[in-house]
Amino acid sequence: MKNDTVLLLGDEAVAQGALDAGISGFYAYPGTPSTEIMEYAQTSRQAADGNVHRTWSANEKTALEAAIGMSYAGKRAMAMMKHVGLNVAADAFINAGLTGANGGLIVTVADDPSMHSSQNEQDSRFFGKFAMVPILEPSNQQEAYEMCFEGFELSERYDTPVLLRLTTRIAHSRAGVARSTPQGQHEITLPEDKRQFVLLPAIARKRYKTLLGRQDAFEQEAAESRFNRYFEGSDKRLGIIACGLAYNYVMENYQDEGCPHPLLKLSQYPIPRALVQRLVDECDAVLVVEDGMPVVEEQLRGLLNRGATVRGRMSGELPRDGELNPAIVRAALGFEAQPGGSVPEGIVPRPPALCAGCSHIDSMNAINAAIRDVYGDGRVFSDIGCYTLGALPPYNAINSCVDMGASITMAKGAADAGLTPAAAIIGDSTFTHSGMTALLDAVIDNTNMIVCILDNSTTAMTGGQYSHAYGRLEQICAGLGVDPDHIRTLRPTRKTHDEFVQIIKEEIEYEGVSVIIPQRECIQTQARRAKLAKQGA
Amino acid sequence: MRLDIILAGVGGQGILSIATVLGYAAVESGLQLKQAEVHGMSQRGGEVQSHLRISDKSIYSDLIPAGAADMILSVEPMESLRYLPFLSPEGWLVTNTTPFRNIDNYPELERVLEEVKRIPNHVAIDADAIAKEHSNSRGMNMVMVGAASVFISLEFEKLQNGIRYIFGRKGDEVVERNLATLQAGRAFAEHARTAAHR
Repeated sequence: MKNDTVLLLGDEAVAQGALDAGISGFYAYPGTPSTEIMEYAQTSRQAADGNVHRTWSANEKTALEAAIGMSYAGKRAMAMMKHVGLNVAADAFINAGLTGANGGLIVTVADDPSMHSSQNEQDSRFFGKFAMVPILEPSNQQEAYEMCFEGFELSERYDTPVLLRLTTRIAHSRAGVARSTPQGQHEITLPEDKRQFVLLPAIARKRYKTLLGRQDAFEQEAAESRFNRYFEGSDKRLGIIACGLAYNYVMENYQDEGCPHPLLKLSQYPIPRALVQRLVDECDAVLVVEDGMPVVEEQLRGLLNRGATVRGRMSGELPRDGELNPAIVRAALGFEAQPGGSVPEGIVPRPPALCAGCSHIDSMNAINAAIRDVYGDGRVFSDIGCYTLGALPPYNAINSCVDMGASITMAKGAADAGLTPAAAIIGDSTFTHSGMTALLDAVIDNTNMIVCILDNSTTAMTGGQYSHAYGRLEQICAGLGVDPDHIRTLRPTRKTHDEFVQIIKEEIEYEGVSVIIPQRECIQTQARRAKLAKQGA
Repeated sequence: MRLDIILAGVGGQGILSIATVLGYAAVESGLQLKQAEVHGMSQRGGEVQSHLRISDKSIYSDLIPAGAADMILSVEPMESLRYLPFLSPEGWLVTNTTPFRNIDNYPELERVLEEVKRIPNHVAIDADAIAKEHSNSRGMNMVMVGAASVFISLEFEKLQNGIRYIFGRKGDEVVERNLATLQAGRAFAEHARTAAHR
């Protein structure tokens, strides 16, 4: 490894790449596996010296919009999120395709095939295609680093946002990255056309035509990109298209001997048709290897699959769902499995659990005692965070987890349907992410429901990032119009169990919106703070 | 030179400090490295694994292929068995014998250890006890690195430098204690290897 090489997670390589490429602002909401991009920027001396924006946003939509604003002002900006975060930011993302960019704008999205820590395994490349913007998909940490430079340049060359797509395995894998010479930040420069970002229908139609008109150039860029490579091969019974990280799983099976088949390594989109055409023309069949959904395979097959013989996730050579790995790809390449042992009987799974001493345990116990044990199972709508583990034994306390903020809105819908009592459980950070507007809906309708905002004063699930709700929850709820008499705060412990149950029972009696705020800091962040204080002392 | 190690344990046991020491030694030896970590939900007391790949040539996959690992290095006995499909037939299973029981249905420890002993190349080491003997109750991970060092082609001195690197901030005494713990793990495994090949 060379001396100028640093060991970085894929996420960290993106952060360092963006910093070295002269970024002025990172904007993000925490989400596995994307969180470490911002965390790296927050601890970087270089970012501090350059006064680069690097505090968390309330959610992915506010993050991306702020990044668009920084781009408008002529500086380089990046919004980072997990795949489902892009759903939250989708309105801004799709429309940014039309407004275009001024300073370089990269939207980095980390997908989570196999749902290691997610609700679904959607593939962000669909979103990139939907917005009709260029997509970069690194195959290793070095490319992740370099794609920040190329991404900002591409963004500025064509006045377009660029999607940088990672998956868990590259985001959370460490490797050596050779750094380039850092570049300075841009000065403020407003867009030449001061109405470019005004998507009034008349302007939006023009901007849409502009976007459509750039598609050929985007494809040409992909055809000439150094991240896309066509490797010759003598065995033309099969040609391989390997997207992003999947290239490594293919090459793992050939190593230094090289792949005997013609191989297209694909790391920049839109799909360069000329390169695909060449592969299809010279091979009897094409195997598409991509981590995530069959985005390329589906396009190559077309609706009727009457063209080339295409193999991949849709034809069954590769599994339709889940993350790829070397063994899965090995089988698709026609090799026998390497011999390995099997897991002996009696080896049981160790599901994740709430930490001993976690305040959510006390909340789950109180909610069960006041609602499930009295009215039966099925009335508690929940949300995304550590407390989702309340769905598992021994609690069996919650009945839903759909998307950020959906606890309150689902409880409202069920209450509207006549379900009483109906309760929502949501964490403090999730509440400020997407629960406030939901609560406003309930206040406006004076819906008969209970909202428990479990306040552990942090974004715990992703490792204890700052929570926008910190110290503000009662004020926010009162400001939204919840009757202050029905905003009830307590410290959830084993000792206060009876008091907690009593409060829930009282609020069930109240016909209207009640907010109960059990407030006790996450034991993980508390321990970390204590350790830091000790070190400082 | 090529070395593929599956690191195994339970969230919170600190397997990443093992990866840091081995990774440091690899980089100092001028080798390539890839290390896939587990973050997020599985950290909450769930099973965690890390794939550590070291080579003098380019490394492609971030994940070790099934059946290709040179070693499973586990800080918990049941966890060592979970990843057996990754272990090459010639590979070594090196595991701590102290169980981490955070589930009600943890199997009988004797049965778990019997399964460990079925693996032809295995080292079962009570790393917690050895760490305590060296007044280093939190040094279990370094015992495991020491035990692993016998079977891997990284210079022992480079591993010692890795310990100096990660514990340096905490002062000479902590460094010395961990170096002694590392040495104890190595001594145990050397003895075990000799016994296995007798």
